[in-house]
Amino acid sequence: MRPAVLTGEYFMTGDVACAEGALAAGCRFFGGYPITPATEVAEHIAGRLPEVGGTFIQMEDEIAAMASIIGASCAGVKSMTSTSGPGFSLMMENIGLAVCTETPCVVVNVQRAGPSTGLPTQGAQGDMMQARWGSHGHYEIIALAPSSPQEIFYLTVEAFNLSETYRSPVLVMTDEMIGHLSERVVIPEAKKIKTVSRPRPKGSKARFKPFEPGPSGVAPMASAGEGYHIHVTGLTHDQRGYPVMTVETQEAMMAQIMGKIQRNLDDIIRIEEYRLEDAEFVIVSYGVSARTSLAAVDEARELGIKAGLLRLITVWPFPEARIRSLAKRVRGLVTVEINLGQIHLEVERCAAGQAPSLLVGHPGGTIIPPGRVVEALQEFSRGGV
Amino acid sequence: MMTGKEKKTSRLEIIFTGFGGQGIILAGRILGKAAVIGDHRESTLVQAYGPEARGGACSAQVTISDRPIHYPYVRRPDVLVCMSQGGFDKFIDQMKEGGALLIDHDLVQPRGFDKRFFSIPSTRIAEELGRKMMANIIMLGFFTAITGAVSVEAARDAVTDSVPKGTEEMNAAAFNRGCDYGLAVLKGLEKKAAGRAGA
Repeated sequence: MRPAVLTGEYFMTGDVACAEGALAAGCRFFGGYPITPATEVAEHIAGRLPEVGGTFIQMEDEIAAMASIIGASCAGVKSMTSTSGPGFSLMMENIGLAVCTETPCVVVNVQRAGPSTGLPTQGAQGDMMQARWGSHGHYEIIALAPSSPQEIFYLTVEAFNLSETYRSPVLVMTDEMIGHLSERVVIPEAKKIKTVSRPRPKGSKARFKPFEPGPSGVAPMASAGEGYHIHVTGLTHDQRGYPVMTVETQEAMMAQIMGKIQRNLDDIIRIEEYRLEDAEFVIVSYGVSARTSLAAVDEARELGIKAGLLRLITVWPFPEARIRSLAKRVRGLVTVEINLGQIHLEVERCAAGQAPSLLVGHPGGTIIPPGRVVEALQEFSRGGV
Repeated sequence: MMTGKEKKTSRLEIIFTGFGGQGIILAGRILGKAAVIGDHRESTLVQAYGPEARGGACSAQVTISDRPIHYPYVRRPDVLVCMSQGGFDKFIDQMKEGGALLIDHDLVQPRGFDKRFFSIPSTRIAEELGRKMMANIIMLGFFTAITGAVSVEAARDAVTDSVPKGTEEMNAAAFNRGCDYGLAVLKGLEKKAAGRAGA
């Protein structure tokens, strides 16, 4: 039997690193349904969970997979599922349920080219807006985008920590390229991995309200069966968890769901900047396309173009403030992503006309080569766009 | 042309190609593991992934570098290893000028390639050793000797660490066979060069 944290140095794929990150974060339940290119996450964790006293269930479909991780989390167990585009679509309704019931859980999407069944074995980044708005109603969501197997490991841990801190589903939006890329992954000692668990109720069981915010602004969460009052519903509910069909209750519940994220943007948003200090042109990218962009920055600099990269590690909530401040001082913004302009629209919105914004995109199935970005930068710098 | 005696370049791009089922991806994985775990360098493996799991064209793209690898996809391979004719036909035009071509002698005819290349009957040797499946490991030994892209120790350790339990010794022997074959080829070239210089 191997421990939950497999301390050591590995040459590992992103999908496997994701599964190991989940275990290191304390995930002990995985409900899933196999789908290319995310199957290896489920396959690996199915072998590992029994070694650490956890449970793996292959559900009948992705709707049930999502429901199962919400249920496991309500019982007090850190839980995760993984999927790709078609399965992500099926999970949407229950992702909304997790948002509404403030249930911590982690959903990994190893993106492939869509729409529909699309190109099952070939990667894309076409689900970024679905991640933001795919479930009905208005809500806040946290989505992270790793750019390497090592980062998938850390960000999966981070996804659990954020989901537990804010009682919210957290999406790990990776892609087939990173999921299937093998690279060095260092798993540190268990004691060096910071893990967070949801705020827990203290004191009187009689007075406990399952949706009453505590000092952190997030409601302490009792596990089913502990003796605390529990009521979980997707209907608009009050702090007791009971359905109350009034506008006032809707306003209060929404203020809680939105506010706990919006008040903590500094804690949630992670970005990384590369050669940005003197950059005149800023590439905005994430996931595998950030690796294209890193190479493009270096190649453009060799041609005398002052390029830099803003890498989005947190994609949702969107790092608006940083884009706004950059737009004020740069000559142009270039978004590189394997879709036909999703994050690009957000960048353009935040730039608000202060700097021109350009997309280097692709409909999916292949990585964008650095040369395409460099060409776009050359044309952009000549004022040709 | 690089040989085992030359200094490692800072970034080396390698494509292993063959049929699905020959262990092409495994060869790439072992190579990357040798570079990262054994030699403490950076490496990435991008595996061709698709319906070609068995029988079709298959390739592994490995990059080895002393610096962080930003873009892990191979654009112009420095080394092209072909274990099928289809793989050769598909990738030969991408190979960098002056790159090293390594082929399975019985499976690949380097048609239209008029420069020096390195060949080994890896599948035939594997059959002699009793396991045709080990052709990839023999080729990896040959590759290691010819290119010096990874150290022999790191590669052999990565082989024994990556193959099914109980087959470690057999695979290490296969690796050594490939490696010895490569060293003999290099020695032959050296002799030839020395002979030419002396004339």
